[in-house]
Amino acid sequence: MTRRKTSLLEKAYLTLFMILLYAPIVVLMVFSFNSSNSTSVMSGFSLKWYAELFRDGATIAAFRNTVVLAVVSAAFSTVFGLFSAIGINYTRSRWYKSSLLTTTNIPMMNPDIVTGISMMLLFVFAGTLMRRQGVLGFGTMLIAHITFQLPYVILNILPRFRAMDGYLTEAAQDLGCTPSQAFFKVTLPQIRPGVIAGAIMAFTLSLDDFVISYFVSGPEFQTLPIRIYSMTKKRVTPDMYALSTLIFLVMLLLLIALNVIQNRAENGGRGKSGKQVEP
Amino acid sequence: MRKLLACLLAALFLSLSAAVTAFAVPSSAPGEANIENVDYYRNNPYRGSTINVFNWGEYISDGGEGSLDVNRKFEELTGIKVNYTNFDSNEDLYAKLKSGGANYDLIVPSDYMIERLIDEDLLLELDYSNIPNFRYIDEKYKGLYYDPNDAYTVAYNVGYVALIYNKKLVKETPDSWAVLWDKQYEGQVLMFNNPRDAFAIAQSLLGLDYNDTDPARWAEAYDKLLEQKPIVRSYVMDEVYNIMESGAAAMAPYYVGDYFTMAENNDDLAVAFPKEGANIFVDAMCIPTTAKNKGAAELYINFMEEPEVALANAEYIAYATPNTEVLKMDSYTYKDDPTLYPDEALFENYQYFHNLPSETQSLMSNYWSDLKVDGSSNRSVYIGLIAYAAAVAVYGVYHFARRKHREKYYD
Repeated sequence: MTRRKTSLLEKAYLTLFMILLYAPIVVLMVFSFNSSNSTSVMSGFSLKWYAELFRDGATIAAFRNTVVLAVVSAAFSTVFGLFSAIGINYTRSRWYKSSLLTTTNIPMMNPDIVTGISMMLLFVFAGTLMRRQGVLGFGTMLIAHITFQLPYVILNILPRFRAMDGYLTEAAQDLGCTPSQAFFKVTLPQIRPGVIAGAIMAFTLSLDDFVISYFVSGPEFQTLPIRIYSMTKKRVTPDMYALSTLIFLVMLLLLIALNVIQNRAENGGRGKSGKQVEP
Repeated sequence: MRKLLACLLAALFLSLSAAVTAFAVPSSAPGEANIENVDYYRNNPYRGSTINVFNWGEYISDGGEGSLDVNRKFEELTGIKVNYTNFDSNEDLYAKLKSGGANYDLIVPSDYMIERLIDEDLLLELDYSNIPNFRYIDEKYKGLYYDPNDAYTVAYNVGYVALIYNKKLVKETPDSWAVLWDKQYEGQVLMFNNPRDAFAIAQSLLGLDYNDTDPARWAEAYDKLLEQKPIVRSYVMDEVYNIMESGAAAMAPYYVGDYFTMAENNDDLAVAFPKEGANIFVDAMCIPTTAKNKGAAELYINFMEEPEVALANAEYIAYATPNTEVLKMDSYTYKDDPTLYPDEALFENYQYFHNLPSETQSLMSNYWSDLKVDGSSNRSVYIGLIAYAAAVAVYGVYHFARRKHREKYYD
């Protein structure tokens, strides 16, 4: 009986928590369908702001930039992260391994603003060394994004190695695989869920990064978060609510997918052996 | 299955961005402008080049709500590609420019920042023979203090601060900033959440110069703001829209152009020009020394002052335009609007901001943070923190002692 009481309390707590988490998003979604541009007065349902969004060339360009940057940087950081994870995994010396891990984790622990400013200084400094002005742009943003994504990718992949039986690769090589064949046929399939999770995480991190992007962005390439931030002289236009709603829905899908993949990976080994037990 | 899912996700995203881009192109038809001397823009020597424009956010007619997409039109006419990016404050602009990492061809800072940029040799002199439309600029906005000889700038927009109030909540028509200090409106007064604008209100009321460097004068203004604090509901910037529209506050000092946005959603709002005056500002187009394509940037400036283009911008931004041709047009929504273009006499006490020396700057921001945290509440925060730390320490010591005690007991 006492158990039921606590669970009621727990439920109330959870509800409150969920409301606090999701109320802002719900409000945003509701007002994206508002027919006027107010965020306090709901004057009627309309899809006006969605239509407006697709007509707003600068926003669309910023959105496209954001997606391009996210896709490219996630691809690079996944590959780099995968290599680093393999390297770290096969490092023998414990001391060396942990110091490597600490080093790669620095971009994650560092406050964004410090990373952003120091990257900007570095790029500008490197630019002056090469006698080039105006170095900030897509390239610098790409480097910055890859840098802060790397630790997340590595941290997603490393546990997969730990869960994997290290002798499998050796067995494959015993049975005639070249090292690269062994990697692609045995190792990679085992760690793939971690790679995918890392890639998705890198992608979402890139999508919503503002602070670092803000410092390293240049005149040719502006992402959506920077554009929205700069709207604060006048008011943020409601087509941004429409866009945020769309982005939120896509993110939700991605997160669900991420969870499904992770669950499957976790149950994967056990599920199969479970099946085998059954006649 | 996983592969499938990954492919699906990738496809989803690609199609989404493709759809978004595809949608964007055909639906840009509305808002055509007939620019008179089309050939002037067609036959420019910069075709195929690029300019980097750095402007305030939401500070250009961008094709939204059936308006003219100025940048697209310029690109179509001239064949010059416009990289258009935004900043949020003059200080942001300054930081980006000063970092040297970015080459902008055209920037739109405010008056006091222009003064600073010229002081630091960060602006190029313009060749006004490339900007014939400079003749449309109102004489009032030529030769202003930051650029007395008209060598560096072409005015883009003019704005002023005024008192926005709710007619239902404020009975009499206010004519002085003193109403923001009136105790009967306790909890219904909004105030600027940036030091320069907030101090300007107090300075106006006290009859002070905004650009005074005498610390005693700033102390006076600070005392005035401190006196006002108990009746202020909150210090706001963009939040002002929601609060005023919903009628939750009675009045707020804000930029006149933004009143129109609020008035769309609440008919009870009105504007008053306090007799003590307020801040007037000019945002002007300039070319920084980092510019790579000065000629094309001048062509762009000229295009922005093309009457039809200036009209589109004036309609979209709803700040006062310095372009005299726009003021003559019957199609201009705000033609002779008493709010946007009030009687000249009202501006008698209006003042421009100048660039403050850094000591005054830091004095102001210190006063501002003192005002925001307030002496007494600050103390209570410290007391709270100390109490918290003490509680943690006591618990830690107790825990440690108990464990020692237990260990002894078991030994």
